[in-house]
Order: sequence, then C-alpha cells, then structure tokens
Amino acid sequence: MARPRPEPVQVVKQRRDAALTALVDGVPYSRFLGIEFDRRGDELTGVMNFDEKLIGNPFLPALHGGATAAFLEVTAIITLGWSQLWPQIETGALDPQDMAAGRLPRLPKTIDFTVDYLRSGLPRDAYARATISRSGRRYASVHVAAWQDHHDKHYAQATGHFLMPQPVVPDGGA
Amino acid sequence: MVDKVKIARQFIEAIPHARALGMELTEIGDGRAVITMPYDERLIGDPETGVIHGGAVSAMMDTCCGAAVMSHPSAPGATATIDLRIDYMRAATPGQRITTTANCYHITRSVAFVRATAVDDDTDRPVAAATGAFTVEKR
Repeated sequence: MARPRPEPVQVVKQRRDAALTALVDGVPYSRFLGIEFDRRGDELTGVMNFDEKLIGNPFLPALHGGATAAFLEVTAIITLGWSQLWPQIETGALDPQDMAAGRLPRLPKTIDFTVDYLRSGLPRDAYARATISRSGRRYASVHVAAWQDHHDKHYAQATGHFLMPQPVVPDGGA
Repeated sequence: MVDKVKIARQFIEAIPHARALGMELTEIGDGRAVITMPYDERLIGDPETGVIHGGAVSAMMDTCCGAAVMSHPSAPGATATIDLRIDYMRAATPGQRITTTANCYHITRSVAFVRATAVDDDTDRPVAAATGAFTVEKR
C-alpha cells in the first residue's frame, strides 16, 4: 500500500503555531508578563521579554524573583499541556481556530512548585525550557531551567508537580 | 527600629513588579509582613473560571517573605531569595483579594528561614502555603 503523501510544510507549521499561540495567549497572565514560546518541532522554549514592570530590585537592577517563578511555572504548564495535546493537534482532533475562539482544552494544575534562585536575573530577556520527568494519568513531575545570556549558566531552576486534566467522560458514560 | 520598618515599606512599595501586580504592604515589623493584592483580570491563569494564576500568588509570596526578612531585628538590610517552595491547596475565589502573611521564624548570620500563608475571604481555608530560605547581608 502506498504511503500517503506528507502534508505541505506550511500547512503543518501553520496548524502547530496556531494551536500554540491559542494555548499561550488564552492565559491572560502570560500576556501580562510578556511571555512567548519558540517552537522547533514539538520542542518549546519560553521567552520572557524584558519590561520595566518585571523589576524586583530597582537598585541593582534585577528581575523580581516572583516574575521568574511565574515564568518558570508558565513554561512548565504550557510544555506539559502541549505535550499532552500534541497528538490531537497532529490528527486534527483539536482545531486551532476553535482554540483561538476560546474553546481551550484544560491545562494541568500546579500542586507544588519549588524554585532555586541561582543568580540574580539581569534586566534583559529570559529563556526557559521544561523537561517532563514523569507524566502519568493523574500526576506529572516537571523540571524547568531558565537562562539569559548563556545557555549553560542557568539563573533559576524549578521542579513542580501537576495535576493532569481528566478526560471528559462521554455522555451516557457510567 | 521604626526607621528600618519605614525603609522596608518604602522599598517594597517602590518595587516595579510589586506595583504592577497591585500589591499593598499592610503590616510589617519584627520578622512578620502582610501583603494584600486585589483581584485583577490581567492576572487570570484560567480564563474559563477566572481563577488567578499561581505565578501571581508566587510573586506575592516571594515579596512578602522578603519583606518579613528585612523587618527582622537581626537582619541588617537587603535580602535575596535562595529558594521558595509553594503548595497550592485550592483555587483562589475569583473576585476576591488575596492576603499573604509571612513569618521569618529563624535567622542565622547568613540565612533567614520563612513561612507564609495566603488566604482569600475564606480565611479558614488557605489558598497556598510557602516555605523559603533567604540570604542575610553580611554586617
């Protein structure tokens, strides 16, 4: 049997990027912090664009630890949600247009989150990548690290546990 | 002593990120600080329910713990977070303000240990709890 012809690259990219944008922009707090995501295939990198309102110590100046914590948490949740939704985005079961219209899938909920502050955050853009250590049906454990100028010099890292959204039981189900 | 409390309050209220989130320092002194934050739609984490994002609660917890350290009689001045763990016990009720109380319960020459609790109008059921370690400036 002949292999089906692969979809054109721009169709694939457009679908994935539209789904990602809808997912990220659906959270008002991510927009408030100026967080965006870069995507390479299914790999995501969070970007927190520098803004004066992220400053925690005006004398140094340095980023607020809370802004960094929030950035790490947003990156962890989006990465976790994205990995869970990826198959449905690929099959077309999740429609990016529906998502953009506000019909967003549920995202994982944070149970706990522990942040290590390794260096003070400089007044410039920050980047973060999350690794899913374990993702089960109900719980997930995620590690996330953030850097600024040098990728190998993390300025903060965190580990968190998350409650996974439960699949909706179809009507008539027991 | 009063001066140090005043300095700490001015310092906290001058933090751009604290201002952006609408934080207000209502009590400070002797290693204890209270910060409140009104409900704000820009801070929503779940658009369907209108619940505030955990990250905004983290930011308030971090600020409040730092303020508690600065107000401790044995802390000479500024502080930075070494680590902070937050447990999210329940979603904060949309529309209600969140209030965090932080206590610096132990301090050494180099480290301050802090605990904090966040509540909304239902003060008997905390929204979140935090434990952290903070730096202490050398004298």
